[in-house]
Amino acid sequence: MKIVVCVSHVPDTASKINIGADGKTLDTNGLTFVLNPYDEFAIEEALKTKEKFGGEVTLISVGNDSFKESLRKGLAMGADSAVLLKNDGYFDSLSLAKSLSDEIKNLGAELVFVGKQSVDYDNSVVGQMLAELLGYNSVSVAVACSIDGNKITAEREIEGGKEVVEFNLPAVITTQKGLNEPRYPSLKGIMAAKKKVIEEKAAKVFDNHSEFVSLLRPASKSAGKILGTDVSAVSELVRLLREEAKVI
Amino acid sequence: MDNKFLVVLEQRNGIIKKSSFEIYAKAKEFSANTDAVLIGASIVDESQLKQAGVSEVTFIKNNDLENYSSSAYTNILVDFIKQNSYEFVFIANTALGKDLAPRLAAKLDCGITMDCTNLTEDAGNLLATRPVFAGKLLLQQKLTSTVKIFNIRPNSFGFTAGSEVETKINVKETSDICLSVKTVDVKKAGGKLDVAEADVIVSGGRGMKSAENFNHIESLASELNAAVGASRAVVDAGWRPHAEQVGQTGKTVSPNLYIAVGISGAIQHIAGMRSSKYIVAINKDKDAPIFQIADYGIVADAFDILPVLTEEIKKIKQ
Repeated sequence: MKIVVCVSHVPDTASKINIGADGKTLDTNGLTFVLNPYDEFAIEEALKTKEKFGGEVTLISVGNDSFKESLRKGLAMGADSAVLLKNDGYFDSLSLAKSLSDEIKNLGAELVFVGKQSVDYDNSVVGQMLAELLGYNSVSVAVACSIDGNKITAEREIEGGKEVVEFNLPAVITTQKGLNEPRYPSLKGIMAAKKKVIEEKAAKVFDNHSEFVSLLRPASKSAGKILGTDVSAVSELVRLLREEAKVI
Repeated sequence: MDNKFLVVLEQRNGIIKKSSFEIYAKAKEFSANTDAVLIGASIVDESQLKQAGVSEVTFIKNNDLENYSSSAYTNILVDFIKQNSYEFVFIANTALGKDLAPRLAAKLDCGITMDCTNLTEDAGNLLATRPVFAGKLLLQQKLTSTVKIFNIRPNSFGFTAGSEVETKINVKETSDICLSVKTVDVKKAGGKLDVAEADVIVSGGRGMKSAENFNHIESLASELNAAVGASRAVVDAGWRPHAEQVGQTGKTVSPNLYIAVGISGAIQHIAGMRSSKYIVAINKDKDAPIFQIADYGIVADAFDILPVLTEEIKKIKQ
């Protein structure tokens, strides 16, 4: 089976994020970028699927040269090949999805895994868009997934429970924590990944339907009142929650 | 604005979501020309619509749509939006809305903005504000296509039911639906309240010291009719399920009250709950970063405070 995983390269979640001089893009100075955490579940699921049914796992990213680092990590985990669709400009989510779907069509992939969201702009949309652009069935936020012949049964998180969803291949699955335990790259894997060539080509450009106006810092909350250091503070807390905050 | 607005309402188990009504009320503030649409097998209780002030709704009905189907919903709504030339479409950022909204954008080839926490009118358009980098920054974004989809974080605007109205329900039976993606079962997690929908959340962190000790958190949560939340550390330790995790790799929440117990307040955790209206922190360590964003703090051992707090709440409820 031909499997594709879409990979994003994002600021480490522990990073402090700064706004660039133009007031609407990131200041990437000093930022550490990592493989998007949710994409690790996507790569793991792709590798498990390949181990079970055979096939080939290809990683795809749209981005600049720095994305190679995350692609390299995915190759070290065990992916067979990687394609970097090079782009430096602004792609909104739909443009990005179009660019990815174009390449997925080229590759003729039957199964696509995507992290449920990139922990940068947190849109959580690319997987669903890909499915519609490709005309594939799909499930988002999967925490369980099994494949039987042509049929996929998956579980997705909803409020207060899970939906069990069934559909046929070809398909797009967006991956949530809990789906699997991503493997660490082995030393052998890391060495092998160094030898693999990341194919580079220009990303196809589409018209954007959205624009950034500005990036802002959320109003900083001033630290509140410390009500005390023992149980005697409890009654005051309850009073404030009732009378001042009016939340209980 | 006199553009045509559409609000996609959502129901689960016969209950129409509060977030649906919240968005409907907000959309009406911008345009009197606001319609509502609901999809499903039946409307169990029409009085919900009356009480929420929904004057007219199109109900697209099919017996096989008891549960969500991404393929059916997408096709139905794409047709409905095209037929009626809606320009501004609103959907809540729920599990359903998050799945559905981007599908509509792809099929309609239009702009979308996800998880907005604020909307303001701006020269015939709407300026959307949304948290990015898990709330470390806010992005103001504008959609430039004719059709625009706005996905809204629940509890961003608040909702209180106003005066009751008569609701006109236009039922549209549809027979030809695409069920290539089908929900075959819904597993409930013990009927417990979900952090993403709760007005009050009591969250525990590593300071709770063990899985068993979460019974203190559960008791308080039960008195407050609150959901139980957890920090990443305790989910990774296997003390609590991932569905309860609040933070950058868990859920982003904005309840009216968030009580953080034994949570130090790592940047990733704060990112997921900083938009809560009121934050209470209970922690032994007076230097814990959680106190920087808390409205009220108690610097003490959680095990001393929790039973007393639970009792006090019980008392005022009597």
